[in-house]
Amino acid sequence: MSTETAAPVQMINVQIDGVWLQFPKGTRVIEACRQAEKLIPHYCYHPKLTSPGNCRMCLVELGSPKMTPDRKPIIGADGKPEIGWIPRPQISCAQDVSEGMGIRTNSPMVLESRKGVMEFLLINHPLDCPICDQAGECKLQEFSVDHGNASSRFLERKVKKPKSVELGPRVTLDAERCILCTRCIRFMKEVANDDVLGIVDRGTFNSIAAHPDRILDHNYSLNTVDICPVGALTSSDFRFKMRVWFLKDTSTVDVNCGTGSNITISSRENVIYRITPRDNEAVNGCWLPDSHRLNFKFVSSPARLTLPEVRPQLGGEKSSWQQALNLAAEALKRNAGRVAIIASGRATNEELFLVKRLATILGAKVDILPRTGEADGMLIAADRNPNTTGAKLLGVATGQLAQIVAGVKDGSISALIALGEDATKAGLTEEDIAKLDTIIAADILPNKTTAKADVVLPAAAWCEKRGSMINLKSRLQRLNRAVVAPGSARDDWEILRDLILAINGSNGLHNIDDVFKAMAQETPALAGLTLSRIGDLGVDITLP
Amino acid sequence: MAYIVPRPELTFKEKAYLPSILNGLKITFGHFKKMMKGETKVTMQYPEETWDSELPEHYRGAPTLVKDEHDRERCVACQLCEFICPPRAITIKPMEIPADDKFAKVEKRPAEFEIDMIRCIYCGMCEEVCPEQAIFLRKDYAITGITRAEMVHDKAKLYELGGVFKGLVHKWNPEK
Repeated sequence: MSTETAAPVQMINVQIDGVWLQFPKGTRVIEACRQAEKLIPHYCYHPKLTSPGNCRMCLVELGSPKMTPDRKPIIGADGKPEIGWIPRPQISCAQDVSEGMGIRTNSPMVLESRKGVMEFLLINHPLDCPICDQAGECKLQEFSVDHGNASSRFLERKVKKPKSVELGPRVTLDAERCILCTRCIRFMKEVANDDVLGIVDRGTFNSIAAHPDRILDHNYSLNTVDICPVGALTSSDFRFKMRVWFLKDTSTVDVNCGTGSNITISSRENVIYRITPRDNEAVNGCWLPDSHRLNFKFVSSPARLTLPEVRPQLGGEKSSWQQALNLAAEALKRNAGRVAIIASGRATNEELFLVKRLATILGAKVDILPRTGEADGMLIAADRNPNTTGAKLLGVATGQLAQIVAGVKDGSISALIALGEDATKAGLTEEDIAKLDTIIAADILPNKTTAKADVVLPAAAWCEKRGSMINLKSRLQRLNRAVVAPGSARDDWEILRDLILAINGSNGLHNIDDVFKAMAQETPALAGLTLSRIGDLGVDITLP
Repeated sequence: MAYIVPRPELTFKEKAYLPSILNGLKITFGHFKKMMKGETKVTMQYPEETWDSELPEHYRGAPTLVKDEHDRERCVACQLCEFICPPRAITIKPMEIPADDKFAKVEKRPAEFEIDMIRCIYCGMCEEVCPEQAIFLRKDYAITGITRAEMVHDKAKLYELGGVFKGLVHKWNPEK
């Protein structure tokens, strides 16, 4: 967050490859070049971290205006200052732009310097790309193509360093691949505030290591894997599982807490292999906690509910969707006025909108199940429901949960719809639930409620559906489908729509965009928005 | 623009047509005579007779996996062949080599390696792309099976067909 200052930002004239441009004072040279679309290859520089300037890859040619003896810049024929070039390359990551500065990003000297740096970096590199997990997204590979040599002039023996070192429970180090850029060290020190990594041994034996009495077990440790420009730090979870060029990336949003961190799900043939953070300055910057990114294994669990189930007492023998929904609708009509809905704060806005409709039709009490944890002061919010704000906005989070529980206990509620939540976690016992006339449960995995339910409807997990959520800072963000739901499991909004359809007849909602449109018409805070207009980075909305 | 194709002027002999037919018959009878005398051989009696011994060095038969003289499986499961394979015949499941294994230094090998020989088009891209000299198209061409499952060559079958290849680059030696 930048602090507001009254003084306007001073703009500085800089010449990049012969073109004069203006940048705000304090811009790094490498950043100025990036904004001018001149990519400077670099390893150690990271916009979120300090610049030690140790990889030497970002060398450019710099110059400053030629001065007259009375310190006035000499103006050339084109009306611009004449530049006196420094006769040796400079690193661009550790220097701010200055007035009249000249930068050459692709002069013969610069290209020759980069080639030299590349050669040095590869001296002890094991070149084990065929087994390296970074291959395909490795900066060393990329810049080697641009600035490397086809063959090595290094005839001596390569230095042996520790391989496959478990730095912590989730991060594995291959010290031979490391180019000692110290991004990981700086990340742990500056962002995670847990100075656990450092460089040990001398000279060519330099290698990254954790403190002897410590391990790298910080909950943000996997971010070091993301920012590692080479394959030195690898995720123990993703290690040797899949090559990155097979992975399909889906931009979506994390649902483990109210922050709504932006993520990329990498999947192949309907299997999720990893989750990485996606840059969004307004939400999570470029980081993501480990606990959130590794929480996707349940999606491919063999225990997933894949077929609608109907208990015999409702009369259904086989369970087709139509039959299950019809039986559910009948049972709900029978119990009209005595129905309660426990919805989920993990549901999308579209689902919650339909929940509200269903509740209105049935005259049901409705609330979401709160889910809280400890906030970590970084990206994990105390509210572990990703869409509490949406549930409040759409009138589903009503605070009636205690009334619902009391109603079930005293018998004034005879039918319960549990949508993605286990009612026993709301304060009900299994005996309480067993007393109910009808339980309808839509969920992805079996739980105590689905075990007692009369109709079980298999639903889709968060990575299997499209929709929108509102995070705790009232930013409307979009989920996208990375994989398809197993078996005949359906999107929750489809289940709700069909349930409403079975109870109440047609409602004119045919796809998720229709649902959003209907929701936007009825909700002033979402007026003028559509699912596609939310975009990948989300939009801030004003809550009433 | 219209373009007029000039028709060739035919001689009387050409117009008469018969001489050409006779000429053709002469060639046909010539071959017939040679065949009756047993001077030419037209068909190889496959499968009793095969051409195996004369297959050229660059012949592209079934793809196989090879081991080297150190008994190491060459494949490190980099999955480049799976990526390049035009008919998507190859499926690899990689695994980490356990730390107590003789070849633990290599770190990675295929847990499963399957080539669907119904899909394989014998193009040799897998051999060309392999950075480890692990997959070679050998001279087996008669790949048959009664079921689809039988036509999927698994890791064991691929190594059985491939055998041992000597003199390959010793890339993963402990010195390096």
